[in-house]
Amino acid sequence: MRLERFQLIDRVEHLDRAAKSVVCRCEVPRESSIFDGHFPGHPLFPGTLMIEAIAQASGLLVLVLHDFRRMPVLIAVNNARVRGMVKPGAVLAAEGKLVQEGSGYVAATGHITHDGKKVAEAEIRLGTLPFPLESLRAEARKFAKEVGLI
Amino acid sequence: MAEYNQATYDAVADIIAEVSSIDRATIAPESHAINDLGIDSLDFLDVTFAIDKKFGIKMPVEKWMEDVNEGRAKAEEFFVMRNLVRHIDDLVAQKAAAA
Repeated sequence: MRLERFQLIDRVEHLDRAAKSVVCRCEVPRESSIFDGHFPGHPLFPGTLMIEAIAQASGLLVLVLHDFRRMPVLIAVNNARVRGMVKPGAVLAAEGKLVQEGSGYVAATGHITHDGKKVAEAEIRLGTLPFPLESLRAEARKFAKEVGLI
Repeated sequence: MAEYNQATYDAVADIIAEVSSIDRATIAPESHAINDLGIDSLDFLDVTFAIDKKFGIKMPVEKWMEDVNEGRAKAEEFFVMRNLVRHIDDLVAQKAAAA
């Protein structure tokens, strides 16, 4: 993870285009200023960031399934649950699966697992917009290559 | 004035009221979803998601917007409630015919 860039996905481990699903590896850093406050002396990876990791994994799916023609942006989170304490240094698996696609949006379900145990889950919706900048599309492609999406 | 299906209208009005936090009593067949009900583009994505899910369709909202923006259609043809309902019923009928 590069928390200073809000970049939570380290690697795409499995992509199933037919099933419209993805599994990503997310390595929680051992040190981050986030842990100074969350919580002092008892560092825990925030649940909100686990939900964000589900959204980012699902966003990668949108990018590749739409051949980088659409930019995903988070517009809704439903039925979010955080069920586990995740400490610095943990390696997480973020899974996303598209369940509905419409004009200008996709709906996905996803979860986070740690050591085989589900620690977070959520239903999310992403708006799918035309890229506002060609340079942004290029950045998305570059990141997709870095994490092994393409 | 185009006829519309009352059951579809009631379902769509219920969705809009719930998703956009609009008093159901203020929604009328002649209401324009954007101009009269004040639904913005992000809210309309939520409304579209809920309608698609309820009716098992895929409303081509981006195509409608493109038609409006390029002068091929007027916004009221898609976004006045009675017309929106008519389009939804057409989409449902097309899906049934294709099945």
